[in-house]
Amino acid sequence: MSTHALTTKSAKRLAAVDRFLTFIRVFLVALIVVGLLAFVWQQIDADNPFARWRNPDARGLTGDQFKGLLISGLSQGSMYGLIALGYSMVYGVLGFINFAHGEVFMVGAMTGFIASEKFAANGMWEQNFVLCLLLIVLMAVFFSTFTAVLMERIAYRPLRNSPRLIPLITSIGVSFFIQNFVLGLFGPASKSYPRLPDWLSKQRSILTFEIAGTRLLVLVVAAVSMVGLWYVVERTKTGKAMRAVAEDKEIAALMGIDVNRTIVTTFAVGGAMAGIGGILWGLMFRSVTHMTGFLPGVKAFTAAVVGGIGNIGGAMAGGISLGSAESIAPMVILEPLGVPGVSQLKDAVAFTVLVLVLLFKPSGLFGERLSAEDRA
Amino acid sequence: MNARAMTLPRSAVDQDWRHVLRWGLICGLALVGLCLVGMPVELDKRAIIERHLSLGYLFVLMVPIGVGWVSSTLVALEGVENRRQGLYDLVTGLVVGLIGGGVLSLLMVGLDVWNLRDPLVNWSPQLFRFLTYENGMGFGAAAWLGTGALLGLVGAALHVVPAVVRRTTAFVVFGLFFLSVLEAAISDLSEGFGLESLTDWLYAKKGGLTVTSTVVVGLVIALASLATRGRVKAVTERYRDMEGVERQKASTILFVVIAVLCIVLPMFLGKIMNELLANVGIFLLLALGLNIVVGLAGLLDLGYVAFFAVGGYTTAVLTSPNSPWFAPELHFGVSLVFVVLAAALTGLMIGAPVIRMRGDYLAIVTLGFGEIIRLLFMSDWLGPYFGGAQGITNIPGVDLGFATVKGTDPRSVFYLVLVFCAIAIYTSWRLQASRLGRAWMAIREDEQVAEAMGINTVNAKLMAFVVGAVLASFSGAVLAAKVGSIFPTSFMILVSIIILVVVIVGGMGNIAGVLVGSFVLIGVLGGPKQPGLLQEFQNYKLLIYGVLLVFMMLKRPEGLVPSARRSRELHQDEFLQDAWLEGDKLDDEEGVAVAAAPTTVPGGGEGGEEE
Repeated sequence: MSTHALTTKSAKRLAAVDRFLTFIRVFLVALIVVGLLAFVWQQIDADNPFARWRNPDARGLTGDQFKGLLISGLSQGSMYGLIALGYSMVYGVLGFINFAHGEVFMVGAMTGFIASEKFAANGMWEQNFVLCLLLIVLMAVFFSTFTAVLMERIAYRPLRNSPRLIPLITSIGVSFFIQNFVLGLFGPASKSYPRLPDWLSKQRSILTFEIAGTRLLVLVVAAVSMVGLWYVVERTKTGKAMRAVAEDKEIAALMGIDVNRTIVTTFAVGGAMAGIGGILWGLMFRSVTHMTGFLPGVKAFTAAVVGGIGNIGGAMAGGISLGSAESIAPMVILEPLGVPGVSQLKDAVAFTVLVLVLLFKPSGLFGERLSAEDRA
Repeated sequence: MNARAMTLPRSAVDQDWRHVLRWGLICGLALVGLCLVGMPVELDKRAIIERHLSLGYLFVLMVPIGVGWVSSTLVALEGVENRRQGLYDLVTGLVVGLIGGGVLSLLMVGLDVWNLRDPLVNWSPQLFRFLTYENGMGFGAAAWLGTGALLGLVGAALHVVPAVVRRTTAFVVFGLFFLSVLEAAISDLSEGFGLESLTDWLYAKKGGLTVTSTVVVGLVIALASLATRGRVKAVTERYRDMEGVERQKASTILFVVIAVLCIVLPMFLGKIMNELLANVGIFLLLALGLNIVVGLAGLLDLGYVAFFAVGGYTTAVLTSPNSPWFAPELHFGVSLVFVVLAAALTGLMIGAPVIRMRGDYLAIVTLGFGEIIRLLFMSDWLGPYFGGAQGITNIPGVDLGFATVKGTDPRSVFYLVLVFCAIAIYTSWRLQASRLGRAWMAIREDEQVAEAMGINTVNAKLMAFVVGAVLASFSGAVLAAKVGSIFPTSFMILVSIIILVVVIVGGMGNIAGVLVGSFVLIGVLGGPKQPGLLQEFQNYKLLIYGVLLVFMMLKRPEGLVPSARRSRELHQDEFLQDAWLEGDKLDDEEGVAVAAAPTTVPGGGEGGEEE
């Protein structure tokens, strides 16, 4: 939105807000810089006065600790990335935030739980883990895709041409509905995935990084899905149609593209990615509730904005940056500033990242890809 | 559906079978979904008509009627001769209901044969007993096929019968339903007036209306609806058309009546009902604030709960002796000044960064701020100041000299809330027609155009945030005084969303709509933690809120009680089309004027131009 060309009278008023925003920007940057400097100082020499200034009992991080944070940030971030793809693609095509996409992810995780529990009950989980994993991934992808497509058909298609906020509000309703429907179906108890086989979950050492097998699996699967999605979007005809629809629906229709079908495909692909993400979440954290989708969903949207909405590579990169920021920043910036109980502020950090990105570079780190009308 | 309307059917059996099958399956799946969520069994505990009809059965029976009605709706086309509805639609409804009943019977068979209790918690013998009326499989299946078909038929028949019958039926059914829902309120009230005999006659001992009272009251409502046909509408029309002194007089009378009712009624109500009213008031206050932000200015603030929290915590810190860091133990009234300041400041702090963002980014960022504020209140970092997860306890009530307002005396809390609500309603009402209010509405409609018209959009938006924040903080202050303690868990995002549902269901941008929304939703279903009249809904109200939000957005985005201007905006295409159709009759110049400026169509009551 171009708000700068204004009359002189209100330009004066605008400046007050702008000055305030500049102040916030400077303050936040200063905070981050001071925190980082204090951290670096602390790492070099643990007993200097600057490092001790805010937090006298900071111990700093050992190399292994730092690597651990990085790995957990990366694996969590790649999951955010997988979910963010759905947000990003839907926003690119339809121009609204599908708030209920986090719930699609939750449906995937929930399906994975039910299937894996059944497999574990008849012993297949231990005997033939790889086959089971494939099967639960397939099922989760199926149900997530189904949810996403159904959602589009029932709730979003009739609203295709309404004002932008209307589908967003609808999607909040959809999200609420799915959460509570799942709560009604499966009960409020937290559900835990069966134990993973030892060969998968044991610690491995790769390039001096100590990494749990599960996290490695998450990283590999996320990378593979990402490449697959990239191939679909950039190299196939369907992908071309999707890009065309994202650019301009009417002209795409004139070119003989079935817009409805393409939009359904977009939802389906996003849903499939969220389904895979759901299984990975289940394997990594091993517990699922009906609320599992909410926070990862909002954070994944943040990731999509960080990477530049509508930009598929950006969504993945945004997810990874957000995941790392969320896991590293509390220890590296907040701890040296003397904030106690930093791990509680993980979510707050993620939201602050969103505010920061929107304050400094609203189009995201890698640029947004939207049609002209959506950019307004 | 369109194809159905185009080609006229030759006979009643010449149905569009794909359409019928689709709606039949939708009906069936809705029924199965309802059952598996556990709603019928849970709601079966609440009787509507003695032991003949429970809320649980009502919910199940509603589905075929609704789907029967929807599936046999004729899509009327402009300029095409539409066929009369008749036997054909009855058959549609019948078959749709029959298929629905069939699917439900299949569920029953499934319940009997397999045990899926493990993932599906409601796959239970209770559900089986509920569905079979405790009479075994065969009876249940036959009964559901029969009732399904019958109800589908009833749903479709509503299109066929004359409008008078439809209207009267609707009045009777909804009247009886509300009478039954309001059981607690009515018996409480009649106890206050010493009319226990009325309650005893009206309601059965185990809850629900008695059969005789159902028949009698039903007849009374039917007669009343027949007698008043068209009159109520005429009266409201006349009120709307009044001008000047006459209108002022009528409004004053209306106002006095409502004010007296609000002041007198609670005296006759018991503790529970007053508590309920106080809760409704707290949420009404929030909804009025959000109505300014979302309804008037069109800024979708999903973190609205942040201001609620700020109000609550400021009051707690300033009045409670248990405040961990700074406890001046001020009087509620004095602390209110600081509450307003703190809320306005928070409104500016949250508003300033988001003001330039696109509408949907604004929604997510405010959601983020709402979470950040809750997480900060909960964290160990600010724990020494705000008590962390333990919150702040021992907040004193409001000492008024002659009485103390505190949670143990819900009536006093209600009066306190009433004062704040009156202030909020007055403010919103005055703001609506003011220069600022019109600026908000212009921004909501089209920001760029508003800016081009010389409206300072940044200031207007900030003001919306500040006013909304102050109203929400009042609500928070009342909550703190009422509950006597304050915890971060009271300020989940859930609260924001429930208030959003209230505003949207009631009618965005309309004070009367917000009032209706809070009474219907918070009063009947209940708030995030507070129970409503239908306590059985406790586990399902969020589900229903979700469904309502989607439904309203799809079918009636302007809400139950729409604001004239807002609904014109939402149905702009239709208004333009109407104006275009009318334009044929009018002379050209006028037609263009109407089409070009749909917001200044007479009857809106507000002038659209800036001075």
